[in-house]
Amino acid sequence: MRASRSLCAALAPLALATAGCGGGGGGSGRSAKPQLTVSAAASLKGAFTTYGQQFGGAEARFSFAGSDELAAQIRKGVRPDVFAAANTKLPDQLYHEGKVTKPVVFAGNRLVLAVPAESSKISTLRDLTRSGAKLAVGAESVPVGSYTRDVLARLPAGESKAILANVRSNEPDVKGVIGKLTQGAADAGFVYATDVVATEGKVRTIELPRSLQPRVKYGIAAVKGAKQPKAAKAFIDGLLSGAGLKAMTDAGFESPK
Amino acid sequence: MFTALLVAALAVVLAFLTLPLLAIFLDVSPRELVGSLDDPGATDALVLSLEVSAIALVVIVLVGTPAAWLLATRSFPGRAVAITLVELPLVVPPAVAGIGLLAALGPQGLLGQPLAHAGVELVFQTAGVVVALVFVASPFYVRQAIAAFGALDPAVIEASRTLGAGDARTFARVAVPGARSGLVAGAALAWGRALGEFGATLVFAGSLTGVTQTAPLAIYERFSDDFTGALALSAVLVAASAAILLAVKPVAGGGVLGDARA
Repeated sequence: MRASRSLCAALAPLALATAGCGGGGGGSGRSAKPQLTVSAAASLKGAFTTYGQQFGGAEARFSFAGSDELAAQIRKGVRPDVFAAANTKLPDQLYHEGKVTKPVVFAGNRLVLAVPAESSKISTLRDLTRSGAKLAVGAESVPVGSYTRDVLARLPAGESKAILANVRSNEPDVKGVIGKLTQGAADAGFVYATDVVATEGKVRTIELPRSLQPRVKYGIAAVKGAKQPKAAKAFIDGLLSGAGLKAMTDAGFESPK
Repeated sequence: MFTALLVAALAVVLAFLTLPLLAIFLDVSPRELVGSLDDPGATDALVLSLEVSAIALVVIVLVGTPAAWLLATRSFPGRAVAITLVELPLVVPPAVAGIGLLAALGPQGLLGQPLAHAGVELVFQTAGVVVALVFVASPFYVRQAIAAFGALDPAVIEASRTLGAGDARTFARVAVPGARSGLVAGAALAWGRALGEFGATLVFAGSLTGVTQTAPLAIYERFSDDFTGALALSAVLVAASAAILLAVKPVAGGGVLGDARA
C-alpha cells in the first residue's frame, strides 16, 4: 500500500487530473480525503508543504515550478484545483481568460540580492557592475526575473547595462537561482527574502534600497472546471486566516496589504 | 489470432510514439516555423546545440571506442562492475547528473579547486555544456560499441594477430572497420541523446543565449510565453534528429539502430 501511494505521488505531477490515486490506501484514515492538486510558485515550496501537512480539508499534492510555466499549463488545459503565483499578473490574466475564479492577494515578499554565505566578492549592489562578477537571475518570463529587471530598470542606465552583461544564467525559476548560489557557481543572484531563509545559512542577504524594491504580491485562485472546488476554497481561505497564514508568516512572507 | 494481437500491439506502439511528434508539426504552420527561425535567440540555440553535440560526439567516439574495445575483448577482475558503471548514466535522471557534475566539477566540488588553479571553468560556460552532454550521451555509444566489438568473429581477430599485425593495428584496421555499422549506430544514438539533453545542462551549465542555452533549453524558456516559438523550435529539433537517424541508416545496416549483431 505504501508503494502504491508513493507511486501515485511520483506520478502526480505528470497527471494532475488523475483520480483514484490513494483510494487503496485502506485503513490509514487518510484515504477517505479528497485529493487537492495545487500548482504553486517555486518560492512557495517550504510554506505550502508545511501548510499542506496541516490542511484538513483534503490531501494536498503540489506541483512547484515557475509561475509562468504553471500558467501556461493551465492555458493548455491542465486543471489543478488551485493556482498560486508569485505575482498578481498571471492569476489576473487567467481570470480574464475565464480559466480561474477571481484571484485574491494572500502574501507579500521582498526581492533581495543573495550571495553565497562564505563569499565576500559581492557586498553591495554596485559590485555587480564589476566585470567578472557572475550573476544568476530568473528568466524574463518568470516573476522573479521580471521583478529583477524592474529593479535594474530603476538604476542608472550604465549600471543596469553593466549588471545585465554579467548575467551568466537565466534560470526557469527562483530555486534554480538559489541552487547556483548554494553551489558557489554564481557570485550573486536576485531572489526572494524567503528563499534565503529556506537555505538555512548557506546564502546571505544583501537588502535592496527601499527606492528600488518592487511590489512582490502573491495571487491565488481556484481553477475553473477542476475536481475539488470546495476543498480549493477551503485551502485558499486557510491562507487568509488560519494554518496557511501561520505557515506563510513562519516562512518569512509578509502580509499582503 | 495471435498475429492479429501482435499487429494490434504494434499499431498501439506506433500511434502512441508518433502522435506527439506529429502534433508538433500539425500545430505549427510552415510559415510560423520559418518565422520563428528569424528570432536570433532561436537560431543561436540551434547552432549552439549542433556545435556542442558534435564536439561531445567527437570526444565520446575518440575515448569511448578504445575503452569499449578493452571491455569487449579482455577479461579482467572488475570487468562486470566497469560495464555497469559505464551504463549507469543511462538510468540516472538528467537533473541528478547535473547535480553530480556540480558536486564533482563545480567551484565547490571535489575537483573544484584543482580545476580553478588550472584555469578551467565549466559552470556557465559552453565547455560545461559539452561536459554534461558527454556524461549523459556516452553510455549510448559505449554500450553499442561493446556489443558491436563482441559480435566480431574472434577467428578474424586471431588471424590478424597471427599474420603479424600488433594489437593496435588489429584494433584500427580490423576491429573498427568490422564493427563499423554498430559503431555508427551507437554514435547516432549518442548524438540524438546529446541534442535532446536538458536537465543536466540546465543544472550544471545554466541557461544563457549563445553560451549555454541549447535548443531544448530555449524551447522550455519559450513554453510559457511563446508557445508557437516553442513548437517551431521543437519541430526543427525533431527534424534534425530524424535526419540523423535516416542519414546513418545505410551505414548502420538493415537492422537500423540497436541491432546488437551489427
